[in-house]
Amino acid sequence: MNFDFSDDQKQLRDEARKFLASKCPPKAVRQVLDGKALYDKELWKGLAEMGFIGVAIPEEFGGTGAGHLELCVVAEEMGRALAPVPFSSTVYLAAEALMLAGTEAQKQKWLPKIASGEAIGTLALFEGSGNPTPKSIKLVANNNTLDGTKKPVPDGEIADFAIVAARTASTGRDSDIALFIVDLMDGGVTRKALTSVDPSRNQAEITFKGAKAEPLGAAADGWSILSQVLDRAAVLVAFEQVGGSDRALEMGRDYALDRIAFGRQIGSFQAVKHMLADMYVSATLARSNCYYGAWALSTNASELPEAAASARISATQAFQHCSKNNIQVHGGMGFTWEFDCHMYYRRSNALALSLGSLSYWEDQLIERMRKKNAA
Amino acid sequence: MNFDDTPQEAAFRAQAREWIAANAPKQYEDDLRKASLGRVQLKGANILEVAKAWQKKKADAGWAVPHWPKDYGGRGATPIERVIWQQEEGVFGKLGALFIIGQGMCGPTMMAFASEDQKRHFLPPLASGENVWCQLFSEPAGGSDVAGLRTRAEKDGDDWIINGQKIWTSGAHYSDYGILITRTDPTVPKHKGLTMFFLDMKSPGVEIKPIKQANGQSEFNEVYFTDVRIPDAQRLGAVGDGWNVSLTTLMNERMSIGANVATGFPELFEFANTLILDDGPAIDNAAVRSKLANWAVRASGLKYTSFRAISALSKGERPGPENSIGKLVAGSMIQDVATYAIDLQGAAGVMSGADDADAGGKFQAMLLRSPATRVEGGTDEILRNIIAERVLGLPGDIRVDKDVPFNKIPTKGRA
Repeated sequence: MNFDFSDDQKQLRDEARKFLASKCPPKAVRQVLDGKALYDKELWKGLAEMGFIGVAIPEEFGGTGAGHLELCVVAEEMGRALAPVPFSSTVYLAAEALMLAGTEAQKQKWLPKIASGEAIGTLALFEGSGNPTPKSIKLVANNNTLDGTKKPVPDGEIADFAIVAARTASTGRDSDIALFIVDLMDGGVTRKALTSVDPSRNQAEITFKGAKAEPLGAAADGWSILSQVLDRAAVLVAFEQVGGSDRALEMGRDYALDRIAFGRQIGSFQAVKHMLADMYVSATLARSNCYYGAWALSTNASELPEAAASARISATQAFQHCSKNNIQVHGGMGFTWEFDCHMYYRRSNALALSLGSLSYWEDQLIERMRKKNAA
Repeated sequence: MNFDDTPQEAAFRAQAREWIAANAPKQYEDDLRKASLGRVQLKGANILEVAKAWQKKKADAGWAVPHWPKDYGGRGATPIERVIWQQEEGVFGKLGALFIIGQGMCGPTMMAFASEDQKRHFLPPLASGENVWCQLFSEPAGGSDVAGLRTRAEKDGDDWIINGQKIWTSGAHYSDYGILITRTDPTVPKHKGLTMFFLDMKSPGVEIKPIKQANGQSEFNEVYFTDVRIPDAQRLGAVGDGWNVSLTTLMNERMSIGANVATGFPELFEFANTLILDDGPAIDNAAVRSKLANWAVRASGLKYTSFRAISALSKGERPGPENSIGKLVAGSMIQDVATYAIDLQGAAGVMSGADDADAGGKFQAMLLRSPATRVEGGTDEILRNIIAERVLGLPGDIRVDKDVPFNKIPTKGRA
């Protein structure tokens, strides 16, 4: 059994960590958090040059063709550094959708631009409150033109193109939903910034009025493709969450070692030690579930839907747990804008919702386990 | 990243699988599969006899304690081969519960500290299950703080005279030998005055009283020592060095990797798949699903954490600290799972009889046994301390008795 990343993959992790430590310190995250930029353009360019954006994109489409295990490793580091760039929307959602369902021409058009950092992509799925279900999609597609509104769309203000989930019929079946590619620079698209719990990542409302769209995949397969994309993204976002959990735990541990109260290190009090031990437990369970997700993702295993849901739930819980208790360990200082704790707290709660809520994924996991059990 | 065996591992697995298929007591397979915490029953058989017979059969073919040296009753298997053996032995491994303490803790301590003659004499029958060993550590005044123990050993010629009491000794009532930690010098700080021995449990002056547990069963005992003589030749380690010897024993307890810790989740999932609530099948209920999902990811998280440790062993590396979370997670989880499974049964959940209760009363048995899982082998609180100190590098607790002579440490919290 070799249930671990390879030495080459670990080396890639070290490179990514080093790169991000130098190019994406907390003050770079704060530029976006404080509204001075919509995303970190320099960092985005650097990530492309390092080959990190195209790590899972085949060489023929401008990527490095390394693979999805390598992408998991990079994702963990992106989460750890709270990278304020449209990585998850472009790479986990848009590029994955194109690789799964795109025609040769569509892949040739967008994937090389993604890998080189020239194009930012996103998935326009949600329409207000609710979780990913066919029923929740009201935006209408008619003769390859779209009408309707999507929100929140991650990185919606800065994306060059979007994969849009749209309704083509109202039979109540999954086949009512189709996917389209929309060049957001074309007419019929208006965007509006949204404020969110995590301003270090962009969120927008996008309204389509007779916007020209190109089908992605067969019209009847939209929901099926979308489900696969969400599962794949769930594993990748989970690695970001694990990276963030580890960093939040380290911050808490370091503060507990440095801070003196009642004449001793606060990390010598059992109440604090046990809180940090529990954070370690959550982060470890999440990491192990994520490794299984990474295996399923990289091998296209039939276990992917269950593995993805497990990774998603476990990592969501871990990041929320570690980031909130990191603030608790820091006491009052943890609640200042100046300390970085709130940036992890914000990101953990934004990622917890990014692909549908925790309760949605809990339901998905048990539904998938139930089906397997019945089979 | 893969789950594949190396060619050598695959060959070892095939050999183990073939032998088990030909030799395992399959008539008990179903009962063993159904066994859960607090309820292990073999129809029409005495589990002690079945367990001893299986162990002896394994020993005769060299499978008893595969990772021990051949001279001591093993086959010199590598750490990963040990794990592969456990995986292949599967439910039949549950029969080994009787020998876990002897083979997992007493044996390695003997290997590290007994004389060569003693090892060759005592270890093979421990491996084969002909002798059962117990570990005499905990005392009424020394549980988590085991170094607070008060059982005295006093030198008398070439012998030591033992007086005192041990508690929570698993299987003392059917054990042939035991390893015993005692206080030989009460005038020095507590960790410094301890000495380890092994002894024949049939020695005059040893009295064993079963403890009636809170769940009504009796797995543990109190062991009383009244002027029990132990030859100095049965001392393990130097006089006053018993604490270090005990750390070897306890370290081995934590080295057992790949052993499945019971979480109760498979039982709960199966139950939820069959239970019908007022508004339909339990498995379709949103609240039930949410609970199940939370436990599902803890169970799978533990499983894949152990896979990570196994992978390290496969590469010849030492597993990382992540394995230390196992009992901490599983212990409280099985208690919560049992409580919830019973809640799903409504008022009928109060019934615990195998004929009346849902799922044959397994969750009621689990509920009543589970408080012990959070205490035995290290309380949840001690385990959190270990993670905080050894994994996260946080400071140790302030020990007010560290430099105080043992006989000056207060013994009562309130007058």
